[in-house]
Amino acid sequence: MYSEKVMEHFSNPRNVGEIEDADGVGTVGNPVCGDLMTIYIKVKDNRIEDIKFKTFGCGAAIATSSMVTEMAMSKTIEEALEITRNDVANELEGLPPVKMHCSNLAADALHAAIEDYKKKLTEKET
Amino acid sequence: MIYMDHSATSPVDPEVFKAMKPYFVDSFGNASTLYSLGREAKKAMEDSRKKVASLIGADPTEVIFTSGGTESDNIAIKGTAYRLREKGNHIITSDIEHPAVEETCKYLEKNGFQVTYLPAGEEGIVKVEDLGNAITDKTILITIMHANNEIGTIQPIKEIGEVAREHKIYFHTDAVQSVGKIPVDVKDLNVDMLSLSSHKLYGPKGIGALYIKKGVRLEPIIHGGGHEKGIRPGTENVAGIVGLGKACEIAEQNLEENLKRLTAIRDEIIEKVLSGIEQSYLNGHPTKRLPNNINFRFTSIEGESLVLHLDAKGIASSTGSACSSKKLEPSHVLMALGLKEVDAHGSLRLTLGKENKEEEIDYLVESIKDAVDTLRKLSPLWCQVDE
Repeated sequence: MYSEKVMEHFSNPRNVGEIEDADGVGTVGNPVCGDLMTIYIKVKDNRIEDIKFKTFGCGAAIATSSMVTEMAMSKTIEEALEITRNDVANELEGLPPVKMHCSNLAADALHAAIEDYKKKLTEKET
Repeated sequence: MIYMDHSATSPVDPEVFKAMKPYFVDSFGNASTLYSLGREAKKAMEDSRKKVASLIGADPTEVIFTSGGTESDNIAIKGTAYRLREKGNHIITSDIEHPAVEETCKYLEKNGFQVTYLPAGEEGIVKVEDLGNAITDKTILITIMHANNEIGTIQPIKEIGEVAREHKIYFHTDAVQSVGKIPVDVKDLNVDMLSLSSHKLYGPKGIGALYIKKGVRLEPIIHGGGHEKGIRPGTENVAGIVGLGKACEIAEQNLEENLKRLTAIRDEIIEKVLSGIEQSYLNGHPTKRLPNNINFRFTSIEGESLVLHLDAKGIASSTGSACSSKKLEPSHVLMALGLKEVDAHGSLRLTLGKENKEEEIDYLVESIKDAVDTLRKLSPLWCQVDE
């Protein structure tokens, strides 16, 4: 039911882990529903210099997390904010319909991490 | 490949396939016809009926052929409900039934019937006392599965049957998972109706049977040409019926041996996983379970991911019932045990079959260990548990 690309990312997930001194951290999902992901970003000169994730969830949840970290790596904050759930699914050559809604949360986690980064930045400035 | 999903389906035994073959091209006759080709088919069918009856301790006249477990359940439950609706509208079942029973009961609820779902509780076994308390003067049917398809727990069918007899209430059991795996005798179990399926015991898919005790009358839910006593009309699936008969014959011959061998393998796998993987648990009852059923729970990981990792290692397993793998919510059976959703998501079902070998155990356990480790390293929940 999963595409080869999904299986490839699931089997060899990129950028797994945590960043201790992350500039932004975003967590979305709910373990009750079976999916929870956290994305960590390190930002330098408005660019995502490093990105890592940790995910509890199904094959789609893990593959989308891995995919989104690859897509966002080295992008500017503005470019990264433009990555949508659909972009992630398309890069993975599609997801089963039942997984599109529940397990395709990686873009949301990325956006949450960026929001966190922006919030921290404002706090620093004020 | 190590196939450990026999409760989803089993391969057709080569002997079964061999027995079926003549009934496709050569002996293709319609069993209802008078000429010799038809009589041949009829004879093969009746031979099979005897074999099915023998496996479950029934009289051949008490066995009708259906398309499988789901149809048998529907015929028994709706057939009783419609037949006895003047007498009462109350049905008693459990909260861990297969969807073929659960959904049929829900359908009847929408159509004027009342259904009581007895709790299976933490160990996944219903309590006979609860049944006694649930019976009213409107109760017309009790339908409780023999062995659960996800956690393998074996229900006290004989005792439930005694209570049903005392109150003169019809009693049906879905024995799709137990027939051929543990001794099943309809007289000993005090059942009025019993559903069984061919493809769970090395027979072909698309064929099953319903035991209906002599004297029990059902309202037909399918109407047609009067085959199978008018309860399941439609030209008989002779090749399938022959396959089911052969499968039952083989199951009866090897029952004791398989039961013993698989119980030993089951217990060794359980012991090695629970002792070798931290925070691993067994769902369901430790001993009152099918000889071929194992259902584990691992904290902080999700079952589907585990199944995919094991698949990559050549092991076919499942997260629960294959029927619900298209849904995303945790299994109603695991929730009925009182598990939290997050824990229910981390379950793995392994169901053994006769081709599984003791030599496979160590590779299996190592593979599970690797997969659980890999997924826990990815899991944000595992860190929280660690700290």
